[in-house]
Amino acid sequence: MIDLPDGIQRREFDGRQRLATRGQPVYGEPTDGEWRCWDAGRSKLGAMLEQGMPVGLTDGASVLYLGAASGTTVSHVADVAGPTYAVEFAPRPMRDLLDVAEARENLFPLLKDARKPETYSHVVESELDLLVQDVATRGQASVAVDNARFLADDGRLLLAIKARSEDVTADPEAVFERVCEDLTEAYEIIDRQRLEPYHDDHLGVVARKR
Amino acid sequence: MTDATDGWFAGRAPDDTGELRAAIRTGAADAPADWPTAAVDAGFAADTDDYYARLKTATIDAAREAVAEREGADDQQLLHAVRAMDDASRTANELTERCTEWAATQFDDVASGVEGARQLADREPADPVKERVVALATRIDDLASEADELRGFIERLAPEVAPNLAEMAGPVLAARLISLAGGLDSLAKKPSGTIQVLGAEDALFAHLAGRGSSPKHGIIYTHPYVNGTRPEDRGSAARALAGKLAIAARIDHYSGDFRPTIHDELDDRMATIRARADDEAADNAEGSQ
Repeated sequence: MIDLPDGIQRREFDGRQRLATRGQPVYGEPTDGEWRCWDAGRSKLGAMLEQGMPVGLTDGASVLYLGAASGTTVSHVADVAGPTYAVEFAPRPMRDLLDVAEARENLFPLLKDARKPETYSHVVESELDLLVQDVATRGQASVAVDNARFLADDGRLLLAIKARSEDVTADPEAVFERVCEDLTEAYEIIDRQRLEPYHDDHLGVVARKR
Repeated sequence: MTDATDGWFAGRAPDDTGELRAAIRTGAADAPADWPTAAVDAGFAADTDDYYARLKTATIDAAREAVAEREGADDQQLLHAVRAMDDASRTANELTERCTEWAATQFDDVASGVEGARQLADREPADPVKERVVALATRIDDLASEADELRGFIERLAPEVAPNLAEMAGPVLAARLISLAGGLDSLAKKPSGTIQVLGAEDALFAHLAGRGSSPKHGIIYTHPYVNGTRPEDRGSAARALAGKLAIAARIDHYSGDFRPTIHDELDDRMATIRARADDEAADNAEGSQ
């Protein structure tokens, strides 16, 4: 099992050891004092942590999160990390994300299109430690490649590839293979694992910027 | 290369919230930079903590304003766009009939349809009559092009307004359903049986008045899951599709996030319905042996 940063602990919820971070509850998750459970079934990054992948989420890390949706996962990231930029394109989930951001000093919501990094390059700082990407759109690899500009030289990409978003009919493994190959344009892949049983037909990828 | 003047804060006073909000929303830069340090150097913030506090206020303000703007009118814009597209293509077709009939008296080999009118628009008129015919054909070409542009606009807008409905129905059918219901919120409040026959109101009221059988499908007939299913199973297919469309509309209206599971469930249900035809074919093959 990998070492967890101080900001993440394994604690017992419903008789099981589960991940938890410290912060204001967001989505009705179980809490234990100031710790709140990080549900791997609702969060691909949580599932990657549960699988023991080397995600490199350290205390105070600087993060760009693409596809923040309602803020389920990004709330946990911001509990642990330092400055966290959360990009989401759809207005409705952004409304929930705003409540999450209000309660956190270090979470900056941006209603922007992750496929157009130039529209938020004037706000998001350079030399970031982590790029977390969970967008349900075709061309997930090119989004990751275009956003590599925000990462420091040894910065990491944490990507959850959703097979169905690329091609509904193709075999998921073939889709994963193609996306990983496209990623090598800007990244070197360190680890890749399927996210079952938490998420069907998803591949978790940890990669280092080239 | 990016320099400090590209930052969202550059040249702006820390208390000018309106300007800063606009800068976050509409600004751009080729590349990111160490904005916190640049802001402190420029005197915009006392230190990086101060910078992040200002950034938090500005990003939340900007996102809240953008959400309010985009949520307010989007489904109504989609409704207008799809009605305008239908009006433009219907008008183009009507004018095409008139134009083709007239053009046949003036030119040889006039092709029928909007394509024919488009070819006419390229001709060089030799006299005042032909000039009017070609001018009319040019208007038809413009109208048909505008209908195509509107379709492209709908294809971009519908997934934003209603991501689940657009994925399930396709962007144009999603827009038509919203248009027939009068908006996404009224579509979200309709029972699936109503969605199933939206667009078949004449047949429905004829049925309620005691004339004719009840309609099996309205506008959703244009969906491949309905028109691509054999006639004896089409009622089942339309019912299943309408049920999931009703759920998709409610998710889009009340939550707005994309839910892959409902699309998988519909695919499974359709596979079951369509398997009936294969089963029967197999039974018949066995029975005849």
